[in-house]
Amino acid sequence: MIKDRTAIAGIGQTEFGKKLAPSELQLACSAVLNALDDAGIDRSEVDGLASYTQESNSEVELARNLGLGDISWFGQVGYGGGAGPGVIGNLAMAVASGQCSVGVAWRSRKRASGAVRRPWSKSHSALTEDIAANYTRPFGVIRPVDEIALLTQRYLHEYGATRDHLANVALAQRRYANNNPAAMMYDKPMSRDDYMAARWIARPLCLFDNCLETDGALAAVIVSSERARDLKQPPVYIHAFAQGFHAQHQTMQNFFCEDPLRGPAWVAAKKLWQQSDIQASDIDVAQIYDAFTPLIPLSLEGYGFCARGEGAAFTEGGNLEPGGALPCNTSGGGLSEAYVHGFNLITEGVRQLRGSAINQVDNAQTCLVTGGEGVPTGALVLRR
Amino acid sequence: MTESTLLPHIDETNAPFWAGCREGVLRIQQCPQSGRLMFPPRPLNSWEPRTPPVWREVSGRGHIWSVIEPHPPLMLNFSELAPYNAIIVALEEDETVRLVGNLVPAAGAAINRIDFDDIAIGAAVQVVFEKIDDDITLPRWVLTN
Repeated sequence: MIKDRTAIAGIGQTEFGKKLAPSELQLACSAVLNALDDAGIDRSEVDGLASYTQESNSEVELARNLGLGDISWFGQVGYGGGAGPGVIGNLAMAVASGQCSVGVAWRSRKRASGAVRRPWSKSHSALTEDIAANYTRPFGVIRPVDEIALLTQRYLHEYGATRDHLANVALAQRRYANNNPAAMMYDKPMSRDDYMAARWIARPLCLFDNCLETDGALAAVIVSSERARDLKQPPVYIHAFAQGFHAQHQTMQNFFCEDPLRGPAWVAAKKLWQQSDIQASDIDVAQIYDAFTPLIPLSLEGYGFCARGEGAAFTEGGNLEPGGALPCNTSGGGLSEAYVHGFNLITEGVRQLRGSAINQVDNAQTCLVTGGEGVPTGALVLRR
Repeated sequence: MTESTLLPHIDETNAPFWAGCREGVLRIQQCPQSGRLMFPPRPLNSWEPRTPPVWREVSGRGHIWSVIEPHPPLMLNFSELAPYNAIIVALEEDETVRLVGNLVPAAGAAINRIDFDDIAIGAAVQVVFEKIDDDITLPRWVLTN
C-alpha cells in the first residue's frame, strides 16, 4: 500500500485565460518550474515525469526544454478528464516503490485557442478509432455535452431531480470563483435567474452546466513523505488512491452497459475506501471533477456521500457551499475557475490542506479529489 | 447532402448491422450459448469469448430511455437541423441493450420535426429506416400506439 508514503510537496500553475500567448510547451514548463520553486527542489533532482495521454507535450520535450537530467520513470494515464488522480497516483506509486525520487506531474492545455483542441471535433478519424461513436454521431450525438445530457435526462427522470439541482452546483462554484482572483469567472457573478435564462447547449443542459474553455497549465511535485517533511511547504500526504471502470463500460457514451447511472466512480470508490483509513463521512472538503454539473450528483452517489438517487437532493441547503456539509470545488472548479482536465482540482485540494486556500475550509484535514465520472476514472484521498 | 464525416465507418465487424439496416431489419449480436445480446457490434462474444457471436434479427420494438435536444455550436449539417432530438431506445428483447437514434413522425422525416417537450421517456417506439446513400441506411424511431 502506498498509504501516506508519499506527499505532494509543491504545486504550480500559470495564469488561466483565453488565447494566451505562450505555447502549450511554454505553459507546461512555467507550471513545472513554479511547482519546483514552491517545493524548494532544484530541477536537476527531477527523475520522474507523469501526465495525461492527451497531453500534447512529451516527457522528452519537457525535459529537454527544462534542462532536466536523467529520468528514470515516466508514464501517462488515458481517458481525458478521468486521468488526473491516476497521474498523481501512479507517480506516487513510482516514488513509493523507488522507481524515482522526485516526480513531477503536469497538464498543459490551450483549449480556449480554437476548435482544434476539442477531440470530438476531429470527426473524420474519430469514427474509425472509436467504435461506439459509429452508433452515436450519425444521429447527432456529437459532443461530450450531448453524451452527458442523455445520462442527465435519464437521471432527472428516474430520481425526480430538476434543473434547480444542477443550478445549485453551478451557483455554488461560481460563488467560490467570485472570490478567487485566479478564476476566469472571478468578476462574473451569476444568479439563479441568469442560470435559468442561459441558452441551451444540449437540453436539459444549458451553457452554465458546461465547463470553461481554458488556456493554462498546472503541475505538482511528489516526493517521499520523509523528504517532504524537510521541505518548504507543509506536506500534503497521498493517503489513498484508486482507479476504476466497470463491466461493459464505454468511454463517455456510457449507455451501452447494464446500469449507466452507476458509472466508473462506483468502482474507483470501492477500491479507494478499501485502501483508506479515512472514509467518505470523514472528508472535510471535496474536489469533484466537473466538466458538466450533473457529474457532481452522480459522483456524490458513486463516492458514497449519499445513497443512489440522492445526489441531486444533496446539493440543496448550501451543502456544497462555504460552511456546508461538503464544500465542493472551492476554487470554482472546471465550471468557474479553469478547465484544465481537472488538474486545478488537485492543486486546490493541496492548498486546502496547507491552509492556504482563498476559500479556506476551517481546519480542513482531509480532501477527496476525483477524476471524471462517465470515463475510466480515479480518485485520491489527500490529508495533511 | 449529409456530411460524410459523421456517417458510420463500416468494417467487417459491423457490416451485418448496416446490411440489416439496408434490408429494413435490425440485427444485433448474440451469444449462441447464453442467448444474451450485445451492442455495439464487436469482434468477440463478450459473454463467451471463445465462441464467436452470431447475428440475430430483433423486433425493432422498444421504449425511449432518454432524450436530448442539441443546440449549436454543432457540426455543419447538424447545425442546420438544430434544434433536433436524439433519443436512446431500450430494446424490447433486453432493456439493457440500448441504441441511440432520433424520433421522427414517419420514415424519412427530418429529425427536427418532434419537439423535445413532446417526447416522453418510457414511450413505446418502433424502428424505421432512412436511406442516406448506397452504403448507409440509418435506423430511426417512430412512436407506436
